[in-house]
Parts: sequence; C-alpha cells; structure tokens
Amino acid sequence: MAENFAQHSSISAADLDRLTREAQAEATPSTARIIWNEFKADRPALISLFVVVGFILFVMVGALFINTPKMMETNIVDYFNRPLTAGFPLGADAGGRSILLQLIVGSRNSIGIALGLTIISSTFGICWGLISGYFSGYVDWGMQRVYDFMMMLPMTMMIIVLVTIIPHYNAVTLTLIFSIFYWEGTSRLIRSRTLAESGKDYAAASLTSGTNRWKIIFRDIMPNISSLIIVDTTLSFAENIGVETGLSYLGFGLPSQTPSLGTMIANANDPNNITQYWWTWLPAALEIIILCLAISYIGQVLRRAADASQRQGTTD
Amino acid sequence: MWKTILRRLLIMIPEVIILSILVFLLAKAMPGDPFTGSINPKADPEQIHHLMKLNGLYDPWYQQYWHWVVHLFHGNLGDSYQYQEPVSRLIAGRAGNTLWLSLFTMILTYAMALPMGVFAGRHEGQLPDTVIRVYTYVTYCIPFFVILVIGIWVFGYILGWFPTTGSISPNANGWAQTIGSHLTHILLPGLLGALFGTVNIVQYLRSEVIDAKHSDYVRTAQSKGVPSKDIYRHHIFRNSLLPIAAFAGYSITGLLNGSIFTETVFSYPGMGLLFVNSIIYRDYTVITALVLIYGILNLLGTLLSDIILSLVDPRIRID
Repeated sequence: MAENFAQHSSISAADLDRLTREAQAEATPSTARIIWNEFKADRPALISLFVVVGFILFVMVGALFINTPKMMETNIVDYFNRPLTAGFPLGADAGGRSILLQLIVGSRNSIGIALGLTIISSTFGICWGLISGYFSGYVDWGMQRVYDFMMMLPMTMMIIVLVTIIPHYNAVTLTLIFSIFYWEGTSRLIRSRTLAESGKDYAAASLTSGTNRWKIIFRDIMPNISSLIIVDTTLSFAENIGVETGLSYLGFGLPSQTPSLGTMIANANDPNNITQYWWTWLPAALEIIILCLAISYIGQVLRRAADASQRQGTTD
Repeated sequence: MWKTILRRLLIMIPEVIILSILVFLLAKAMPGDPFTGSINPKADPEQIHHLMKLNGLYDPWYQQYWHWVVHLFHGNLGDSYQYQEPVSRLIAGRAGNTLWLSLFTMILTYAMALPMGVFAGRHEGQLPDTVIRVYTYVTYCIPFFVILVIGIWVFGYILGWFPTTGSISPNANGWAQTIGSHLTHILLPGLLGALFGTVNIVQYLRSEVIDAKHSDYVRTAQSKGVPSKDIYRHHIFRNSLLPIAAFAGYSITGLLNGSIFTETVFSYPGMGLLFVNSIIYRDYTVITALVLIYGILNLLGTLLSDIILSLVDPRIRID
C-alpha cells in the first residue's frame, strides 16, 4: 500500500513511514500501555501485581524441587511440631509433615487448577456468549435454554456426584468437571455486551460489505469487547481459586494424598486441630484470602483501565 | 403479564423432565447396587441376582425411569440405606433446619444490605461510600468456606460466644428455651452468611439510588421542598424495592449452594449436611432425591425472580 501511495503523491515512502509513526504516537495509546499506566498510578495495585505474579512463579518453580511422595510420608516423631522449630518453619501436621512444603505444593496444585479452569471455562463462556449474542433468533433462544438449564442445576452437588461416579480422577479430570459448570457467568456477560455491539453500525457495515459472520464475531466484535473479557477473566480467576479449594475442603476435590490449599484447611474439621494446632490450617486459609484479594484488586484496576472515565493513570 | 408467567411455566416442564432423567442416569451410573448393603454380605449372589430381577433392575433404562417417576408421584422416594427409613421422611426432618437457616440468613442480609445500599448511593464518592465499597469488594472475593472456618474458629472456639455444632442444645426444655437454643445455633452461620452475601443487593441499590438522584421526579420533589430524608425514604427507596425483592429468588439459589458448606462447617443437621454424609456412605436414594429437590428449588427461585422482574420492567415481558 505504501508503494501505491508513493506513486500518486509527492510524499516519499520514508516520509510516509515517519508521518504514520507520528500519527500513531498521537493517537489513542494501546490497551497494554493504558493498563500499565493505570498500574503505575496505583501503588497498591502494582504491589498486588508483583506479589501475585511473584508468588505464582515461586510456588510453580519451588514445587519442582519438592519430592511430593516423600513429603507426604508420615513421620510420627515430628507429630504436630510447633512452628519455628528446627526444619519446620510453619510447624508440622498430625503426620509430622512439614506445613511449609505442603503449602508450596498445595498452592501449586490449587493455583494450577484455578488457572486451567479459568482458561477453559472463560474460553467456552466467551464463545458461547459471542455466538448467542450475535445470532439472535432461534440460535440465541436455544442457547439461552441450555443456559437456563445449567443455571438450574445445583452446581456443588452435581460436581460432587460426578466426582463420586468417576473411578480414577486426577487434577485434569477435576478441572474438566469444574469447567462444565463454571462458564455461565461469563457467557451471560459477554452475550449482553455482544447484543449491544452487534447492533452498532460497524457490525452492520461489515456484514453489508460481505464479511463472513464468523469473521465479524471473532475479528470485529471480540476485539471491541476485549477489555471486558480481560476484566472478567481476571475476576473469575480469583473466584475459581475458591472452587477447587472448597470442594477439596469438603473432601471431594483432590485426594488427601495430593496436598491442596483446600485439603489443608480441612485440617480444621477436627475440633482439636482448629484450636490447639491452628498452624495446620490457618496459613492456607490466610493465603487464599490474600491471594483472592490481590487478584481481584488487579481485576478492579483493569476495570478502571477499561473505562476511560474512571482512569487514574495519565496517558502521555 | 399472565402470558409471560404461563410461558415461563411451560418452559419449566421440559427442564424438570430433563433434570429428572439426568439425575436418574447419574444415580444409575453410581457404583454398587441398592441391595449389597441391606442384605447379609454372605448372601448367595444368585439370590441378589434374583432380587435385582424381581425389582426390575435389568429392564431397559427408560422402563426403570418410568417406574421411578411413577413412584416419585406417589411420594415414594425409596428407602435410605444408611438410616433405614423412607427418604421422604428423612428429608422432611432435615428440610426444616435448612429452611430456617436460609430464611434467617436472608432476613439478615436484607436488613444489612438495604440501609448500606441507600447510604452508599446517597453519599456517592464520599467516605461512607468508599468504606462500603471496600467492604463489598472484600466480602465478594473471599471464598465463603474460608470465612466460615475462620468465623467458627474465632467466635465459636476462641471466644466461645456461639455453639459450634448441631441445631439445638440437648438440654433445652419448654418452647422458649427451644426457640432460644435454635436461634443461638443459627446466629453465627446466619450472620456470616449475611455479612458476606450483601454485595449484589448493595451494589444494585447504590446504582439505583444514584440514577434516581438525577431523575426528574426527584428534582421535582426537591423543588417542592420535600425534605431530603423523605425523598430517600418515600420516593427513591420505594421505587427500588421491587427489583430488590427480585434478588430474593436468586439468593435462594446461592443459599442452597452455600448450605452444603455452612452445614458441614457448623455440623448443622440440614439437607446440605445430609447430602455430604450420604455421599460418604454412598446412600444413592438420598443423593438422587436431594439433587432433584435442590434443582427444583433453584428453578422456583429463578422463576420467582423472573416474575417479579417482569412485573417491574415491562421490557422483559413477552406479549
């Protein structure tokens, strides 16, 4: 296109490049830049971001150096070692297993499942919402009935029942089972925004000029609601941490030999543990609280970045 | 109006049928059979085979499903293997506890959320609004079961203000003591549930109030000289009441899902705890019945909300 342009005007190709760059610099900053400015303007948000990313990297890498089967071996000598004793910075549980090591491996497992669940359920929910919102009429009607039906199912119960039916399950099957039930919120949100977007002129213009409908959905409408998608995905990640840990807490998530933040909190189910041996479960509970608060704080900042009227960061 | 309700009711019918088929098939897929537990383990496998045949367990699934539905309409949900009594009687005994706890939680939620929502909207952008926003943000993102565990630890065990198990103290005599004991047992779970369940109502009411503040009818009232306290109480709040009431239906769904966690943490003998115990003991008849009941209650909750909303907002109605 640049060559074409140069043939018909007096501006050289190099000048055109320079002009384009200048124009781009003056135009609206990119989404990434807006988000980064927003974080720079909000110190607690920047701290949350570093804490969350740093922590996730730490447990992911740290868990690689921990021999889980060896860690889960019972060692009766260290029965309920208090925190800050030799070799046990956070104490030990009824089996003499280090709480700190379990916390690292457990965080890796819980965060991993939450990440997987977020990726699968958000992708599905986004596609569902986009398609349902764009193709109104019978398609939308049918998809909405499926949505209604899924909303009617008692989620926690259905997940527990499915977990009991499946004979051998692991983290992957567990993530898939959760994903069946956690896409509705996203799909609802995306659908309503898609409905609004598909009525706009650019979508109609694109259709009139002969663009394929699927291309309109994924190349025109989706980029236009990308900020909503980013915010929603971040917030569902914070929520999804509670899904696996909650089920594991009840005893229907990861098996007790695979540590998870939920199975660690389940130590509190024993009335002796909950008061006398508080260090067996309290660290995991506090970690979940801090993690969820930090992640959804990041989500709030992203939401502000998505809405020009709420931004605090300067875009220069 | 009636058309909308009728339509919603008609859509419900296939939903309930599909739910019942799903629940039935899930129950079939569960490992084990209903007799292994209830008869002598040394029984002749031939005899079990005969019993299964007699009870139609070798029939095709749709015939079995039909028998099950017929029994269902006669109020026969089967017998519980763990408790050796009819499931219907077992659940009826537990349903009351869950009902009272949910009702209590809901009343407390509204009692807290309504003033907070109006207050936050009225003082938009000021300190009270910020405080309430931080509160809703914190309560929204922390998983509920973590709060329950920490709550029972602090208030139940360390401070000892509340009982930590059961629904009634065994030595409560007379009706006054019985009611009092019941109340103390549901107070902590109810308070925690309410404190952490206000987000939706507060945020909705806040934005409603902010919208209303800039509306014509409020400006008219202001220019007539109506005191601002009365504007908020009689004009704005009353206008927002119906949509807020619609949240009641949706919160039934949330409370039911939460009841599994609440009742487990507090060892409160309701339907949620019954479900968890039945899963542990593989008590399939009870599990099937409970999933079905929870599904239908969810459906009724959503129906209630939809009807209230369509009363309020004519755009939702389909004529």
